Amino acid sequence: MTPLDTPRPAETIAPSQQRWQTLLIRPEIMTFLLLVIGIFAGSLLSPFFLDVNYILKSFTLYSELAIVALILTMVIIAGEIDLSPAANMALSACLFAWAQASGIPMPVAIGIGLAAGLAMGALNAWMVISLQLPSIIVTIGTLTLYRGLAQVIAGDKSIRVPDWFIGVDKIMLAGVPLPVVMFVVLALVLAVVLGGTIFGRQIYQIGTNEVAARHAGIRSARIKFSLFLLIGVVAAIAGILTASRLGSVRYDLALGGELQMVLMAMLGGTYIFGGRGTILGTFLAAWLLVIVSTGMIVANVLPAVQLVVLGGLLIVAIIATNLIYSRTQR
Amino acid sequence: MTLLRSILLRREAGIAVMIVLFCLAVGAVKPQFLTFDQLRIILLLTPLIMIGAMGQMLVIVARHVDLSIGSMLGVSAMVSGMLYRYVEVMPWWAGIPISIAVGATLGLGNGLLITLFRLPAIIVTLGTLSLYRGLTFIISNAKQIDRQYIPSELKALSQTSPIMGIPWIIFIAFGVAILTYVFAMHTRVGRQVFALGSNPVAAPLRGIKVTQVTLLVFAISGALSGLAGILYASRWGFVNPSNTGSGFEFQVIAAVVIGGASINGGVGTVLGTVLGVLLLGCVAAALPLLGIPGTSQAAIYGAVILIALLIDRSVRRQGIVSLKRAGA
Repeated sequence: MTPLDTPRPAETIAPSQQRWQTLLIRPEIMTFLLLVIGIFAGSLLSPFFLDVNYILKSFTLYSELAIVALILTMVIIAGEIDLSPAANMALSACLFAWAQASGIPMPVAIGIGLAAGLAMGALNAWMVISLQLPSIIVTIGTLTLYRGLAQVIAGDKSIRVPDWFIGVDKIMLAGVPLPVVMFVVLALVLAVVLGGTIFGRQIYQIGTNEVAARHAGIRSARIKFSLFLLIGVVAAIAGILTASRLGSVRYDLALGGELQMVLMAMLGGTYIFGGRGTILGTFLAAWLLVIVSTGMIVANVLPAVQLVVLGGLLIVAIIATNLIYSRTQR
Repeated sequence: MTLLRSILLRREAGIAVMIVLFCLAVGAVKPQFLTFDQLRIILLLTPLIMIGAMGQMLVIVARHVDLSIGSMLGVSAMVSGMLYRYVEVMPWWAGIPISIAVGATLGLGNGLLITLFRLPAIIVTLGTLSLYRGLTFIISNAKQIDRQYIPSELKALSQTSPIMGIPWIIFIAFGVAILTYVFAMHTRVGRQVFALGSNPVAAPLRGIKVTQVTLLVFAISGALSGLAGILYASRWGFVNPSNTGSGFEFQVIAAVVIGGASINGGVGTVLGTVLGVLLLGCVAAALPLLGIPGTSQAAIYGAVILIALLIDRSVRRQGIVSLKRAGA
């Protein structure tokens, strides 16, 4: 997270910069425009794209990752990063599935999964905040550890969940699949928390300048600790949701999901060095990602090319976001 | 006395002691662990990781991280594999420079993105990890390069030995380590990598060309991944678009941080990294002997990274305490 070069000298832009310009050239606007273009291009590819139900159904494939990406956005705004939630999803789902398969009643099994998620978040938080180790390398380590433990528990086999538990994505609330409803509700709640509460504003201050924030009386350690705990629990919920959608759990559940999560946050204009970004951006970016991925599937693009597109998109997104912020948001 | 003390106080001594204790502990349970044959097995597990770790160590010393090495390994192995398959006149050794060149180019791509746009290496290489992996599938059309296409002379590098039954591939790995030592300790650019990592703000003020040094470090990391790629083909006799090199980055990062390279940049030694690689090799060789299934390997790598971080932190704190005592 350390920028290599010294920060650019303050540019000599006219102080009377037009307000509309800063409003218009925001990363979220770019995301929104891309989303519109994506839907338009998609509808040329296939009439399915104008079918709301089809899009909603496709979204359930990404809803779990999108839910975690919302919390990840807050972690990145606070100036940290967490690469481990996808592995956390796998391990909590494995523990949950293993518990219920060995005869433990379902509510307790779910509790075990959530507790595991909380513990994983706590391990990250302890190493990053209490021991002040860089979150990049800590979460690379815990990413390997959590995924590895999932492999120890599940081996190469898949653990089935009972039939009645399968199909959370088939439950409809007013015609919208339940995971999508959860994503939208969580996004609304977090948008209010981040944009409209003291707690939320303090997250921005920590990300902008942690030392200054601490001097201003903000308990930065406590706030960051709670963010890591939160992302741990939410990742566990997402893992159990995925287990219900897939019907069985393997250790490679959500393998590589960290890429998609970081991609959603970056596409939504979250600033990788902290202090900037919105829930709205990540919300739009999640839909954009679904449109792009579904579009590629509809257009019969090879899965390999999709890997290239996702990786390339991440790099383009972060370049664009950095350029926009360095131009307008001084 | 002071010489002995300074040797014992070094980080490398700690790793060496850990290796010895670990081997003795395993040997106490399974005596066959302490045989010469077993040493050969341990050494054969390590060359690819050692080559990758030399590049990653330089990257980490420069205060970056390279997550894309496994995918670069895959692409460069696949390019050579495709050439072996379709170009009949290609001599067996040509794959080595080709793979190194492919890897260096990909690494340079990482470096350019990082320096031109001032992006954090972690995000860029997370992106190229996926991008390069996709590239491997595209150029190979998602098909594996089978045994019969890999030249037997290349495979012989991992099987025949110039001396004492130790195959060529291990000598190559140690050769890379020695070259890295010379580069890191005895060239101007090598020292600049350390200066850059220990204080990125001061480095340009001391006349260090930050952009060039960063580009070079990532190109080296890519080139060594390329070399590891062709040696993968030699060692295992096939190149698979999805398996080849996947998860390589975690093994390598584990080896580098256990070897004492500091994640805060500026600190890292070749000897420490070599010992870190050997420790991982001992652990990997001991698992099947102890009857622990291979599926637990990834968890052990993760735990090793975290333990190394904890050790690194306590070492740094002790350093600060002793500095305060001496300088107060």
